[in-house]
Amino acid sequence: MNVPSRPTTGGRFAALLSVVALVVAACGAGASPAPTTAPTAAPTEGPTAAPTPAPTPEKPSGKIVVSNWDLYFPPDLIANFTAETGVEVEWSKHTTNEDIVGKLDASNGTGFDIVFVSAPFAEGLNNRGWAETLDHGRLANIGNLAPEADKLGYDPGNTFSVPYTWGTTGLCYRSDVVSFTPSSWNDMLQPKPELEKKMTALATDRWLLLPALKSLGYSVNETDPAHLDEAKALLIEAKKHLLAYDDTTFYSKLVSGDASLVVAWDGWCNYGIAENADIKFIVPSEGSDLWSDTMVVLKSSGNKTAAYAFIDYILRPDVAKTVVDLTLYKVPNPAAMALVDAATMTAFPNLGMSPADLLKGEPERDLGDAAPAWAQLVAEITAGQ
Amino acid sequence: MRRRLLLLGPAFGWWAVFLVLPVALVMVYSVFHRGTYGGVVPTFTLDNFARALNPLYLRVLLFSLRVAVITTVISLLIGYPAAYVIATLPRRWRTPVLVLVIMPFWTSLLIRTYAWIVLLSPKGLINNGLAGLGLIDGPLPLLYNEFAIILGLVYGYLPLMILPIYSSIERLHPELREASSDLGATPFRTFLRVTLPLTLPGIAAGCIFVFVPSLGNFIVPDLLGGGLSIMVGNLIQGQFLKARDWPFGAVLSLALIALMGVLLFAQAWLLERSRKQAIDG
Repeated sequence: MNVPSRPTTGGRFAALLSVVALVVAACGAGASPAPTTAPTAAPTEGPTAAPTPAPTPEKPSGKIVVSNWDLYFPPDLIANFTAETGVEVEWSKHTTNEDIVGKLDASNGTGFDIVFVSAPFAEGLNNRGWAETLDHGRLANIGNLAPEADKLGYDPGNTFSVPYTWGTTGLCYRSDVVSFTPSSWNDMLQPKPELEKKMTALATDRWLLLPALKSLGYSVNETDPAHLDEAKALLIEAKKHLLAYDDTTFYSKLVSGDASLVVAWDGWCNYGIAENADIKFIVPSEGSDLWSDTMVVLKSSGNKTAAYAFIDYILRPDVAKTVVDLTLYKVPNPAAMALVDAATMTAFPNLGMSPADLLKGEPERDLGDAAPAWAQLVAEITAGQ
Repeated sequence: MRRRLLLLGPAFGWWAVFLVLPVALVMVYSVFHRGTYGGVVPTFTLDNFARALNPLYLRVLLFSLRVAVITTVISLLIGYPAAYVIATLPRRWRTPVLVLVIMPFWTSLLIRTYAWIVLLSPKGLINNGLAGLGLIDGPLPLLYNEFAIILGLVYGYLPLMILPIYSSIERLHPELREASSDLGATPFRTFLRVTLPLTLPGIAAGCIFVFVPSLGNFIVPDLLGGGLSIMVGNLIQGQFLKARDWPFGAVLSLALIALMGVLLFAQAWLLERSRKQAIDG
């Protein structure tokens, strides 16, 4: 999706660390990876059992360069992968989607084997012809993905991207402070007096507009200028009631009590819940988005065998489970979600959202030529009085 | 001659590569079309300039100017007396005090700005402290407004005001002030007619050092302003990093560069005039 996983600031770093510590403590040492090595060994006695040993898949070797946000890989993931496969992984870190796309711009889509980007950016990479068309035959574990995961509008069938994490956007609030149970985007757009200057909203374009677009019944990828103008009017009005726009520390504002209700990504609301169990997350009744951060193999990769092996490794339930532990995001891998500690699932109820529920949300798409219009809108809203 | 070129070379090279080239690039970009995925399509257009005439952007520019001017004035009002006091301290105290002035620079501005949030937020140290003493009923609106933006900028750039003023006061020969008072001027008159005019270059330098980065700043309005009112720096940052509209970002940058250019020339001209008057008078 978005910015969420991009811990770019010290504050977020500390917060994430504390979350990690908490999760590690919660899980204890018991959760040792029980390698559910998946269908690799499946085609045992097929009717066409070949007389010669089945053509052994090419063995991965060498080195790959993977670009991902800082702190977005579980600490041992790369070392474990290297120990298992012998493939060396260089983790190049980017701070934002725009950052890695900028690097690819400068090198014309080369220099990396795999990049982790949010869905609309994966779509952009594909539109520019930089993304490898995935051969699912080389991803033995792709069957672990939820069936819903290949119905995402930006890439039906996962032809050029594999979702790493996914989730949605909603309202994150202090149930012990707010006197009612929020259920609609209008609870934030036209707030009750008790929420006056006690709310924050996301400022990144896609999520700045989302509450208004959804409350009006429009798409999160809206391009109709009349609809966008309606959303703008709502948002300029709503701005008067906000404490601030906040993309990075909104959950700490809930914890400190500076805010009572914030627009939040599900996973980030969990960082607040980790510190205060009275914090709750809801998806408003008008609906919301479905964000996903994806893995894209670049066409220019010189070591696709190892790149496929790395993605396949992450698709393993025991590995994907560690991603949930670290980020408190959902992964589109039901077998991995099933491995997550019961205490963690209870503490963070939104981890339990089913793929079917998530699919009710609308995936963000690349805005293409509508991007400048959106940017102008964002300027008009943030500069508006 | 050759030696002179050799000495000039590095500075000139730096200037060419890091100033002339980027500005030239910005100028070139400004007349190109936007690439769908960032970058530019090299076909000529003036649309980007036409778009910048939207009153919305003018309003953002005016707001930025106002914030930068207020920041500069407050910095001057605080910075001049501070510099004056430091310059008149016993010599052995001056260096330690100057080190104290510079010390905040040892920490990143981003972190120091975050620290202000801890102090100013509705449940922050100041509000909680005042509420604890029973002095206020509800939290004071200290954060996420223009006040907080200006406070953050003054805090961040004050040393840049103090240092040049300090050096201009320090260079002032004490005999000049003594002569003034020997001739019967009151201390206030001495300050107004002797010290102030002679330290004008320091004041001018300090004002520029504070004004220029304040005008283009985008971190402080984001963090302390809560993003509720944007400055021209935020606008430019958004065009490059979010909207992937480099040509329009380039136009906005040019507007900012042009504005600063005009102000710097005006300032240089005024300074030159006052210097001449001082000599003639």
